Amino acid sequence: MTETRTMDRPDRRNILDEAAQGVIGTPMDRPEGKLKVSGTATYAHEYNLPGTAFGVLVRATVPSGRLAHVNETSVADIEGILGVYSDERFLRNPAQGGANEAPVQGTDIDYFGQAVALVVAETFEAARDGATRIQLRLDADDDGVFDPASSPPEAQPDEAVDQGDLSAAMADAAHSIDVTYTTPGHNSAAMEPHCSVAEWQDGNLILRGSYQMLKYNRNEIADAIGIDPAKVRILSPYVGGGFGSKLGIAPEAVAAAIAAKALNRPVCVALTRQQVFENVMRRSESKQRVRLAADKDGKLSGLGHEAWVSNLPEESFAEPVLQATHFLYGGDSRKLDLYLHRVNRICAGSVRAPGEAIGMQILENAMDELAHEAGIDPVELRIRNIPDMHPEKDIPYTSRKMEEALRTGAEAFGWDKRPAKPATRREGEWLVGMGMATAARINMLQASEARVTLKADGTAIVETDMTDIGTGTYSILTQIAAEMLGLPSERVTTILGDTDLPPAAGSGGSWGAASSGSSVFVACEEIRERIAERLDCKPDELTLKDGQAICGNRSTPLADLLDSDICVEGRIESGKLSQKVQSATYGAHFAEVAVNAVTGETRVRRMLGVFGCGRILNEKTARSQCIGGMTWGMGIALHEDLMFDLRDGHLTNRDLAEYHVPVNLDVPQQDVIFIDERDGESSPIQAKGIGELGICGAAAAITNAIFNATGVRVRDYPATLDKIIAEMA
Amino acid sequence: MKTKLIINGQDRALDADPRVTLLDALRNHLGLPGAKKGCDHGQCGACTVIVNGRRVNSCLTLACMHDGDAVTTIEGIGMADDLDPLQQAFVRHDGYQCGYCTPGQICSARAMLDEAEAGWPSFVSEEMDGAIDLSQLSDEEISERMSGNICRCSAYSNIVDAIREIAHEKQGASA
Repeated sequence: MTETRTMDRPDRRNILDEAAQGVIGTPMDRPEGKLKVSGTATYAHEYNLPGTAFGVLVRATVPSGRLAHVNETSVADIEGILGVYSDERFLRNPAQGGANEAPVQGTDIDYFGQAVALVVAETFEAARDGATRIQLRLDADDDGVFDPASSPPEAQPDEAVDQGDLSAAMADAAHSIDVTYTTPGHNSAAMEPHCSVAEWQDGNLILRGSYQMLKYNRNEIADAIGIDPAKVRILSPYVGGGFGSKLGIAPEAVAAAIAAKALNRPVCVALTRQQVFENVMRRSESKQRVRLAADKDGKLSGLGHEAWVSNLPEESFAEPVLQATHFLYGGDSRKLDLYLHRVNRICAGSVRAPGEAIGMQILENAMDELAHEAGIDPVELRIRNIPDMHPEKDIPYTSRKMEEALRTGAEAFGWDKRPAKPATRREGEWLVGMGMATAARINMLQASEARVTLKADGTAIVETDMTDIGTGTYSILTQIAAEMLGLPSERVTTILGDTDLPPAAGSGGSWGAASSGSSVFVACEEIRERIAERLDCKPDELTLKDGQAICGNRSTPLADLLDSDICVEGRIESGKLSQKVQSATYGAHFAEVAVNAVTGETRVRRMLGVFGCGRILNEKTARSQCIGGMTWGMGIALHEDLMFDLRDGHLTNRDLAEYHVPVNLDVPQQDVIFIDERDGESSPIQAKGIGELGICGAAAAITNAIFNATGVRVRDYPATLDKIIAEMA
Repeated sequence: MKTKLIINGQDRALDADPRVTLLDALRNHLGLPGAKKGCDHGQCGACTVIVNGRRVNSCLTLACMHDGDAVTTIEGIGMADDLDPLQQAFVRHDGYQCGYCTPGQICSARAMLDEAEAGWPSFVSEEMDGAIDLSQLSDEEISERMSGNICRCSAYSNIVDAIREIAHEKQGASA
């Protein structure tokens, strides 16, 4: 049976605090940790099924046109070649997160690098050789658009806000700024390149893949290859990082499935690192204009944020740059607009914290510019502009720890030692400065299901098709069940990543922990009630601890109480509350940088993040999510930059030597502080999302610190040394 | 092409295409998928294994070049039921998230500590010669010496915490 809970009203019972096991929130080691550190956690590529053939994808080397012919004889003399596949069912690009259906398919080519064929061989080496030597006839069109700005911008009406009179507010303001920034494209660059091993058994497809949201992925691949979703099983127990890049089914999965069917044997297709850059979602580049109008005390009277992003033809995804701007700060006059340019470039989609990652970055740079202009401390300026009600919808907020985070962070970081005047602290050849930014990210609860079985022997199993992409799902679902059922965590086993299990929200949009955790919670609450019934005890008088059920002065071992397993499926759904309140997570970033006066090189010396994300389910994995996000903020502030050739739209830096992500020496020791919070309006476990908040605003804290150190504003990201030194006096 | 390898102390015979990298030999031919393929170009470090005592990117070297060589992979450092203290420190300090770069990080760290102890200087070393007292190995030294291993989940601070703990203990134990 399925117990369903719809989030129509707050749940402030804080049952996880009342429970007696004392495991929730603790920094428990990951239960799967021993497998990961010994190399025995099994990722998609590592099943080594008997008879597996290997496939390597082949890319288009024209930016627009169609695949006209594949000359299979060009590889026929390579020993071990089994076949070359190209098909109207091939994906042009991965499905967008949650698409639930196939993306654009076919042999038409819309971007340089699109995967158009698959060479399959007995060995990886032969397939790779074939993919290099295969002759394709590509008919090129000359209508490609390679500079986003050269195509007409399509307005995104759902994002548009026109409230009051921003022009008048700007004219009347005591202090105002009107600035335009640009951010480049980014790639998720998860460490595990996307891989799919497709195997057909009796007309059913088994896909061992590297995916984040299995219930959607099953429908997407079924739609793509034209079979009933019930005939698809996807297994993704371990995923080597996702960050949005594995939200939707990707070209290698469909190609592997088609080849495996034709060859009647398992086919393994892994993307090369270059293909990860070319065939997986990019974060769109953006141009952003921010206007801020404030009175003499820095209180906003007007706020404008316009953004221009790009995507392929027919893709509806437009990087939601304004997502946090809608609710974060006050200002009665508001003008927000988002525009989408069509371009023949790699598909744009979700890359960790789509929207806020670059939207908060620029909004928080603009706030720093306003603080400087108005001569107001940047922390104080933010606090003065925290609105009472949502400034556009006039609805209240759920628990919001923004001010606490700002004040706590300022105190812990030693913000009072920051010189207000830029470029005034020098240590040898290094100019030193501090910067800060608010962190904010919308919070969402998604439908999610899990099955919890309390076994007669007093152990428990949690099962769901939820994924753990490094986010800590194995840990937190184990802890929720252990807490609710009163079991030591080692007596709970969590099984994930299999579409045969109840369908979960999937890992995306920071909703995974609160959504899948709530489904486990709902199932466990029902199990508690059934135990209480057996003891003839009221549920709220029942205590479960260390495998004992305690009611009044009676204590009974669960194993004695149960003659059979208790199995309950729990389901959580978003409800009416989501329309009545604005749920989000908040925080504050602080950074200290040193900029070399001779070279313009920036080194981040210290970073502190203070976050309010509702209940922390595992302090250790939560902290890791945050430091990861903060490091991504460093990457987009200083390093990461997808560079496209404007002549044909091809990506010029498609590997990890040319696309620079932070490495160990770039990252200082980072500090994270969590603000104690329970948000009963956001989920029945009072938790919110955490996986993306760490990025949102982090880059701005660093570039604001660069300004404080040097007096230089880099408005064209990333803030590389050449751009800084060019402006230094 | 026939190649004899000594992998984790055991003699292993490989008969494979000469184009097979050491990484693909381990993963696809020898049943040792612990070393990971992250880029196949020596840019990420996920494939790091230890060959004759030195860390190498196993994607950048062909298996057939290693006839008679001793190779240590993550499986040889410790399995799940018998973890090495370095592996335990990674678990304790959450020196990973998705786990994909982790075997490479740990193999790299193991060899890196030996390099430091043997007095190999790094880019951030103040001195160019002389053995380094591991109990004094700084965070900056650890970070620099581990910068060939990318962790996109960015557990870098935690990785440094794990390695520092082992480095400082190691010196204590041998003193």
